[in-house]
Amino acid sequence: MINWIASLPNFSAYGTPMYFFYLILAILPLGIGLYFGKRFSWYEALISFIFIFLMFDGSSWQQGISLIVYVIYETCLVMYYTHYRKKQNGSGTFYLISALSILPLVIVKLSPAMVGHNSLLGFLGISYLTFRAVGTVIETRDGMIKEISPWKFIRFILFMPTITSGPIDRYRRFEKDYQKVPSRDEYLQLVSKGIFYLFLGFLYKFVIGYFFGQRFYPYFERLTLAEHDPFSWHMLGVMYTYGFYLFFDFAGYSLFAVAISYFMGVKSPMNFKQPFKSKNIKEFWNRWHISLSFWFRDYIFMRFVFMATKKRWFKNRNALSSTAYMLNMVLMGFWHGITWYYILYGFLHGIALVVNDWWLRYKRKHLKKLPHNKFTTGVAIFITFNFVMFTFLIFSGFLDTFFFNNH
Amino acid sequence: MQEQIINILADTTGRDAADFSDASQDLFTSGLLDSMATVSLLLGLQDEFGVQVPVSEFDRSQWNTIEKIEQRVKELQNA
Repeated sequence: MINWIASLPNFSAYGTPMYFFYLILAILPLGIGLYFGKRFSWYEALISFIFIFLMFDGSSWQQGISLIVYVIYETCLVMYYTHYRKKQNGSGTFYLISALSILPLVIVKLSPAMVGHNSLLGFLGISYLTFRAVGTVIETRDGMIKEISPWKFIRFILFMPTITSGPIDRYRRFEKDYQKVPSRDEYLQLVSKGIFYLFLGFLYKFVIGYFFGQRFYPYFERLTLAEHDPFSWHMLGVMYTYGFYLFFDFAGYSLFAVAISYFMGVKSPMNFKQPFKSKNIKEFWNRWHISLSFWFRDYIFMRFVFMATKKRWFKNRNALSSTAYMLNMVLMGFWHGITWYYILYGFLHGIALVVNDWWLRYKRKHLKKLPHNKFTTGVAIFITFNFVMFTFLIFSGFLDTFFFNNH
Repeated sequence: MQEQIINILADTTGRDAADFSDASQDLFTSGLLDSMATVSLLLGLQDEFGVQVPVSEFDRSQWNTIEKIEQRVKELQNA
């Protein structure tokens, strides 16, 4: 059986133009159903299973097994906790269940640094599934989710269009969409938006992202590595081409996921909103990888601030907000992976948010003395953009190669 | 009730009550509220009106104006 699965062809999500052809062909009956006001849940489950299977068969079959084990494990935890929460609400149990639901991800993230190779527990998308699972546990703790069946939970965390790279949806939002079939007008609007996003995604990922990632970036990379000078013009080339590649590749991917969700009658949240237009770093995080940044905001930042304020851990409000920003961003850095460049990336964004907050306070106090016009706005956008690009250069890991592995 | 809410908002943001004179303006897009101030607002509402608002219940689109905050608090008081 394993040999047979390992010999099958593998289709990574949104990898090739043919993939879209098959995917859209497969969801067409769903679309027809939605057009006539019906949601074919069984058919959806079947094609979701097939497409997820095709992502994790062939050479990725081990990941497929990890995925199955992982989903069973998380479902048991969530089922146990919702059952427990009906009668009791102990903090200890909540923290234990949260820790257990993060545990597989922690092991997977720590393995490369600790034992030098990837953990067998890992599979593509484990982070995104973990965000959904932990979010569900937290909302159950808050009494916002009262009832959840294994089937509904699995349908939510394994929602096929978003399984490997998000956007990260929330259980209550997803379930509300799922329970109600959109009216014909609403559905047609979703489809037309979806088609637009799909083509925008093609442009982003397969055209612009391709040129930055496969053409421009390797060109600057080669020249910079040959020069051994960290302050060369070519290094700037590496920085900008990588930054644009990252945006267009990831935003394109997210657009596909949102478009396919829309065709399936589910309004998955948008992940990017013109991030390079941001006037400050706070605004940037409201526009960049939105579903991740809001996840951290709601489940880490806000909860930490809430608890710290209630228990009076801090005398000074600004000290509290600075600590919360640092905690939030450094944790996000660790989540990306245990390497110096991911952690530094998070750390720098934490510092930037602290400085940004300080500046906003200063600005408010001296509102009358400070000029505010098109030029200052332009400067703000310029500074934010270049800071972000610099942190992406760190994030890319290129400097690790440049300084430590440049032979 | 609006007046009490405005007082809490002025307290938590360190601004003048006059900044909150428009009960229908979006507090988030106008930059008056951010995540930090939101938490203080929730705690302030808890002290003032005795309503418990879990952080995960806080959907910005449901709480972004003074009018909406008032409406939510009333709903929670009657729940």
